[in-house]
Amino acid sequence: MAAKEFDIPKLPTYIEIPEINEGIMEGDGPFKSSKEFQNPLGFPGEKVDNWQEVAIEKMGELKSKYRSVQVFLDSCVKCGACTDKCHYFLGSSDPKNMPVARQDLFRSVYRRHFTFAGKYFPKLVGAKELDDEMLDDWYNYFHQCSQCRRCSVFCPYGIDTAEISMAAREVLDAVGVGQKYCNQILGKAITIGNNLGLPEPALRDTLLDLEEEIEEETGIAVKYPLDVKGAEILLITPSADFFAEPHIDGLIGYGKVFHEDGVSWTMSSYASEGANFGMFIGSYDIMRKAALRIRKAALDLEVSRVMVGECGHAWRVAYSFWNTLTGVGAGATDEFGLKLQNQLDSRYPQPQHIIEYTHDLIQRDKIKFDKSANDDRTVTFHDSCNVARATNMGGIPNGQFILPREVLKAVCNNYVDMERSTIKESTFCCGGGGGLLTDDLMEIRIKGAMPRMQALKEIEKTDGVDTLVAICAICKSQFSKVLPKFDFDPYMIVSAHQLVSEAIIMEKPQTDDSATQEAEEVTE
Amino acid sequence: MSAISTIFTALFYLSLAIFLIGMSRKIYQYWVTPAPLKIPTAPTPLTQTGVVMRMAREVALFESLFKSNKWTWLFGWLFHVGLLLVLLRHARYFWPGDLPEIFLLIQPFKYAAFAMVIGLVGLMGRRIFVERIRYISAPSDYLMLIMLLVIGVSGAIMTFTSNHTDVIMVKEFASGLITFNWADLPTEVHFLVHLFLVFVLMAIFPISKLLHVPGVFFSPTRNQVDDARKKRHISPWALKQEQEHAVKLDETLGQDNSEGK
Repeated sequence: MAAKEFDIPKLPTYIEIPEINEGIMEGDGPFKSSKEFQNPLGFPGEKVDNWQEVAIEKMGELKSKYRSVQVFLDSCVKCGACTDKCHYFLGSSDPKNMPVARQDLFRSVYRRHFTFAGKYFPKLVGAKELDDEMLDDWYNYFHQCSQCRRCSVFCPYGIDTAEISMAAREVLDAVGVGQKYCNQILGKAITIGNNLGLPEPALRDTLLDLEEEIEEETGIAVKYPLDVKGAEILLITPSADFFAEPHIDGLIGYGKVFHEDGVSWTMSSYASEGANFGMFIGSYDIMRKAALRIRKAALDLEVSRVMVGECGHAWRVAYSFWNTLTGVGAGATDEFGLKLQNQLDSRYPQPQHIIEYTHDLIQRDKIKFDKSANDDRTVTFHDSCNVARATNMGGIPNGQFILPREVLKAVCNNYVDMERSTIKESTFCCGGGGGLLTDDLMEIRIKGAMPRMQALKEIEKTDGVDTLVAICAICKSQFSKVLPKFDFDPYMIVSAHQLVSEAIIMEKPQTDDSATQEAEEVTE
Repeated sequence: MSAISTIFTALFYLSLAIFLIGMSRKIYQYWVTPAPLKIPTAPTPLTQTGVVMRMAREVALFESLFKSNKWTWLFGWLFHVGLLLVLLRHARYFWPGDLPEIFLLIQPFKYAAFAMVIGLVGLMGRRIFVERIRYISAPSDYLMLIMLLVIGVSGAIMTFTSNHTDVIMVKEFASGLITFNWADLPTEVHFLVHLFLVFVLMAIFPISKLLHVPGVFFSPTRNQVDDARKKRHISPWALKQEQEHAVKLDETLGQDNSEGK
């Protein structure tokens, strides 16, 4: 498939609500999954013959299992509050990218099949049949939603398009029309343990290289332990941290912070992935399956704390869902959940975010910084959508906005925020979240990045911002790709812990590493 | 009793029955459908008190809508508050005998009808003239506004113009409906239209977007406490699945005609 030609949006001084341009983002959607990726997840390999029947049945099942789906399908009054809130609409002007119109693709079929008005007066209430054309529209437009939940903030009923888009993708998978990118990755994640399909030896080599590199550069033996039984902390981080720029500089930062704190920690080769694409495709079961690997790793390694690295939806799944899926926090009833809860140290929040951890060390003066190391930078922070709108940090109201900023302000002197309506709970998605971070969706990714790029451009003009910090692997990858399209330096996107890494004063020579080395290494 | 009075009396009970049965069924459905995951949207309350406060702000002040769009908020809020005050003023018709004094406090708010109508006109204007909202509107969305406008305007005509209707008769009819002492009703056309459309509104409540009224209270993004790490939140179906020690992928899927899984 040849890449479609398209214009890269110009960055206006203010975000203008575009006039609608029907059909401008019409298309076949991302590459479709095939049998080899569908079947391992339990999905049909190709579009099933009785797909309409299966789809309607699946819709019925979902609305009886998810209150969100049922209530959101009924409650929308078409007030239009969300119509100008989606970055994909603002960037593309396709009306089906307005959150309500996107939901209506699903809602119109719901009305036709499940409501009195839709069954008997379909035209009156905009009820529609689920035909091939509609299914194509579902596939295309539900893969132009990054499930960022910005629309939900502004909806008077809290209607969350992410919930509808997850449900729609679940129906699509059930009829055999899956997305290649997500389902291929999930196959690797639930068999090998990470999205890259990186096996244990490769991971071990990578980490050893990293250790050498840091020691060469700083003279300090910062360790990246793998599968160390009895370590205090198990770090679950997105696998992008292991190899890609700028992610790996964040991993260097985590290592330095652990080193300075003198805590014993480890990663797991069995559960070497923080990301959980099960959320993107809306599958509770697959999301749980991926989360159970982490529980198993925590139990096998006998850690007392589970910590999550810089990854947006990983933190959402960990913070909001892990306790439900696997019982990591409190109140588990099954054997392994109870075992884990007894094993984990209840003095710490479980799971804990790496930002919470570093923030706490800063508060307690356990780590020191030379802020001037970052004096060549003027820094701003991009609130990643899943962190900002679906999680908390520090257990204080709005902690997810406060803690990362406090960490950044502790490690650099020049920090400014972007325009208020584009940050915190109103943050604009990077454009690549929700399973869209694939080259076959480049057009919508670039167009969807426009609102974020616009706010960045303004603050570049007014404050000379040259560094964009994000705490999400998807944001970092997406920005690396799209920044140059809008005349920014692609290397301006960095991890929060990269700035931490650059400013941290490494005082302790390696002393208590012996404890780590003595700890028994788990072999497969 | 005149034929028209009989018909309207019957229509009242019919629409009331549809309303009560339909709404009970929907509310029951919302009640029993589990919310399997914690999905509150920021800014999230960390306590139950916080949730109550958030819901109160949402319902009374339309907080989220205010954040979104000031015009829609203004018109929407005017309409709803106007409607609420107007409805409260109608209590005097249904109350058998003298109204308790507390209701007299509401009497000066008869001008609320104007707020209601202005709000509706504003919302209609947005629906017609704002391209995005026109795009998302179905015929029923316009009809709903037209119906409410006709109800509001016909009511205002009775209150503010010389086309009054016989309020004593209205009271006898309305309170008669409550006490089953059925009586004749006035037969001015605007009054009958007013009344008929209110009955229609009641009847379509459980099958239309008017379900946003119960819906807002059941919205998981608005009514959940953000405490997932501290308290385990699990739905009955997920717990059952967990107890069966299985991640059952097959059960949730459509039929696969191709070879093995």
